[in-house]
Amino acid sequence: MSEVTQVCEPSARSVKPDADPLPSDEIRPMTGNEAIARGVWEAGVRVAAAYPGTPSTEILENLAKYPTQDLHAQWSTNEKVALDVAYGASYGGVRAFCAMKHVGLNVAADALLTEAYIGVNGGMVLAVCDDPGIHSSQNEQDTRLFGKLANVPVLEPSDAQEALEFTRWAYEISEQFDTPVIVRSTTRIAHTRSPVRVGERQEIESRGFVERPENIALPTTARSRHPIVIEREKLLETHFSKSPKTQWIKGDKAVGVITAGMSYGYLREVLPGVSILKLGASFPLARDAIREFCDSVERVIVLEELEPFLETEIKAMGYQAEGKAFFPRAGELSPEAVHEGFAKAGLLKSRKLETLVVVDELVRPPVLCSGCPHTGGYMALRALNARVAGDIGCYTLAAMQPLQAMDTCVSMGSSIGTAVGLAKAGTETRPIVATIGDSTFLHGGITGLIDAVYNDANITVLLLNNSTTAMTGGQEHPGTGRTLRGDATHAVNYAEVCRAVGVPSVKEVDSYDLGVLYQAIREATEYKGVAVVIANRPCVLDPVKIKGPAFQIRAAGCTACQSCMNLGCPALSWSDEMLDGHHKIRIDESSCIGCTLCVQICPSDCIRPALELRVS
Amino acid sequence: MNSTAGTSAVRPAVMAAPTNVLIVGVGGQGVIMVSKILARLSQLQGLQVKQSEVHGMAKRGGSVFSHIRFGNEVWSPTIPMGEADVVLGLEWAEGLRWLRYLKPGVGTFISDTKRIVPPFSCRDRQHDARHGYANHSVAEIVNQVPSAFAPDATGMATQLGNERVANTILLGILSTVMDFPVESWREVLPEFVPPKTVETNLKAFEAGREWTTKPHAPDLNETSVVQHAMPTSRREVNLEITEAWCKSCDICVKMCPERCLALDDHQIVELVKPEACTGCRVCEWLCPDFAIAVHVSSVPIVANQAGVSTEVSA
Repeated sequence: MSEVTQVCEPSARSVKPDADPLPSDEIRPMTGNEAIARGVWEAGVRVAAAYPGTPSTEILENLAKYPTQDLHAQWSTNEKVALDVAYGASYGGVRAFCAMKHVGLNVAADALLTEAYIGVNGGMVLAVCDDPGIHSSQNEQDTRLFGKLANVPVLEPSDAQEALEFTRWAYEISEQFDTPVIVRSTTRIAHTRSPVRVGERQEIESRGFVERPENIALPTTARSRHPIVIEREKLLETHFSKSPKTQWIKGDKAVGVITAGMSYGYLREVLPGVSILKLGASFPLARDAIREFCDSVERVIVLEELEPFLETEIKAMGYQAEGKAFFPRAGELSPEAVHEGFAKAGLLKSRKLETLVVVDELVRPPVLCSGCPHTGGYMALRALNARVAGDIGCYTLAAMQPLQAMDTCVSMGSSIGTAVGLAKAGTETRPIVATIGDSTFLHGGITGLIDAVYNDANITVLLLNNSTTAMTGGQEHPGTGRTLRGDATHAVNYAEVCRAVGVPSVKEVDSYDLGVLYQAIREATEYKGVAVVIANRPCVLDPVKIKGPAFQIRAAGCTACQSCMNLGCPALSWSDEMLDGHHKIRIDESSCIGCTLCVQICPSDCIRPALELRVS
Repeated sequence: MNSTAGTSAVRPAVMAAPTNVLIVGVGGQGVIMVSKILARLSQLQGLQVKQSEVHGMAKRGGSVFSHIRFGNEVWSPTIPMGEADVVLGLEWAEGLRWLRYLKPGVGTFISDTKRIVPPFSCRDRQHDARHGYANHSVAEIVNQVPSAFAPDATGMATQLGNERVANTILLGILSTVMDFPVESWREVLPEFVPPKTVETNLKAFEAGREWTTKPHAPDLNETSVVQHAMPTSRREVNLEITEAWCKSCDICVKMCPERCLALDDHQIVELVKPEACTGCRVCEWLCPDFAIAVHVSSVPIVANQAGVSTEVSA
């Protein structure tokens, strides 16, 4: 097997520490995520923590660009730990920050719902990024409902400028009202670049640890705090009604639209001229402002993405508000969807588009990269006809054609628990294998593994170790030996962890050695009890882009059996040359990284180093 | 104003409605880099700009897009369907996918003719299987869109010594239909490309501009960007299994790439999905007991006068 060389090319991971912050008052294009990071820095935050998750990942990556002496920024093992870390800093009297994607809040919810009772010492803000349209997630839950459940205010910026301002505003609210605050962003805000005027960092004096009875969540303290939390909701309602962040854009009184967040941009685009009430906070509701607005217009329409959150509340206030009757509840809003909604409401004409050229669209799903070290493991599982409990990460793509080697996928770290359940159900005749990536294993897999050992489940765990958090763009984690800012630190030894929790059979193999990998997984599945196979190979994209000498197919030897196409490698495609009505294969040498997986699979030994073929 | 601006329909940016440019391609092609350049240019003109993209799956070879809108006032970050002044495709099928976003009759379509065929299009194992790749020829599209440019930018870039500068060639073409001073393009470009490649990128930019000055009549004889020859023979595979020699070891069943073998009730191997067998011979070679012999033969096909293929009977 040829050795794959590593080309040193800086990646997203190499964050430049201590970069000069932007001069204040400058206007420059920023994504919502960059703007939130800027807002956090300007608010004088001292500690920030997160676990990466699209679309929130870049917030912490950008925070790490601000000077070390200004704030400590870190990746945490998971969202709950990140929130605990930030909350600890708040206990300590400094402003603290935590970022996560919407489903990350499910993990952190346990802490948040109690923190809402405890209150804050230093200001505490969470940026939670929803993913309407499910661009890169497993559901499209609406964080505003979480705000209501936790009794925590939810601020909704509508663009990057507001993302910065609302983040700073969130700290004022947090400290004034003694509550953690959620800044709710969405994919479209997080990843849209627009001009932002930046400000200066505000240095906040530490309050120091303040000994308060409510610091300790006990039944007695919680009982005394709950009425205060309810009272706080009322105070915030009044505050938001008077806040300049609740904007009334005067217009035609026949129609009044209540909106917040990204929907506001679509509204201004599609239906200019109507009366608009733009809420800065979607929870608690600025009830006085809403009443005044509703009383001033003839018809009230609520425009919001995902759940009818505002609509339900406004209806409960006694107004004939309309909303989800016109606009979809599932999926992301767009100017088109908003236009069609207002067409249904009779305010606009439905647009019929002339079709220019009718095009058959090509199906192009995301795929595992060429040379992806995950591919080999799934080829082996496919051969073993295993029942595979998958997990969240790039490797979830192995569920697609042609690998189709995954049967379940739920949430971060679910694979091992799912496999235990499958085994205990006793209905499965195929070997049960849980597959989990390194970052996901540390996030939520270890507890599942302990459960499997504890309950003596007959399962195999394939730990796909590519030494990075690949799906979100290659972030460091406790197994990589580097921190967010790139400093060297202890790296988790997975085999030691597995042995320590009592896994009797642990084997480490090379992800690129198909024979050995297959053998190891087969032995693991034959083992009665928990067996772990750790497949090691770095991700081909991060931290360094890997590019070895490319391979090519000796067309004369290719029997067009297309066995190699089972890998789903994007470097392989049909060549124009055919044999008996079947396409031979060609390799795109610019994308081939020389992993040799196809070489190991080819039954006719016709895949050779491209250089060798050129010489001969 | 750009004195070299062509006859395009792109509105001057001073008008109230924003100008909409949609940049599309495949993950890893540089869609984001191209859109950042455009966003920076708009900002230098003192315009409001919104540039919207979706990350996450971007590196995974999926379809990638970036909306850029600029003008005096921009509200929605995404371009409504049928409202794009320009659709810029870094790959042919991706350009076609987003064609419906182009403003009918007036929008400009620019796309590299480079094709990146996804593995998903090559999964059919049947005889005479066809690519699922977009079956529209360059001529077909260029003739239907009033303002269309379809250069082989990747080919041109390869000639310049770096396949990666294909994007910059397309930017050169884009610069001829947009109202930004050409000097601004030349100033902004080096900020966004790797320092070592500045010179090649500037050359590529000029090459793109030059390309538009020459006539490029699409080849009307070209029917499709995908060549597909009619097969003249078909493969016939026969698996000869010597049941007495099979000891039920299961190796062939596990290792068959098409999963077409299984053990029967007597634990003897049988070919359960003969239509899936490709004759790759993996089973023949792996069987420790020589119980499987694979016979692959090529059966010629002749086309009859109606153009329909028939097999020659043996």
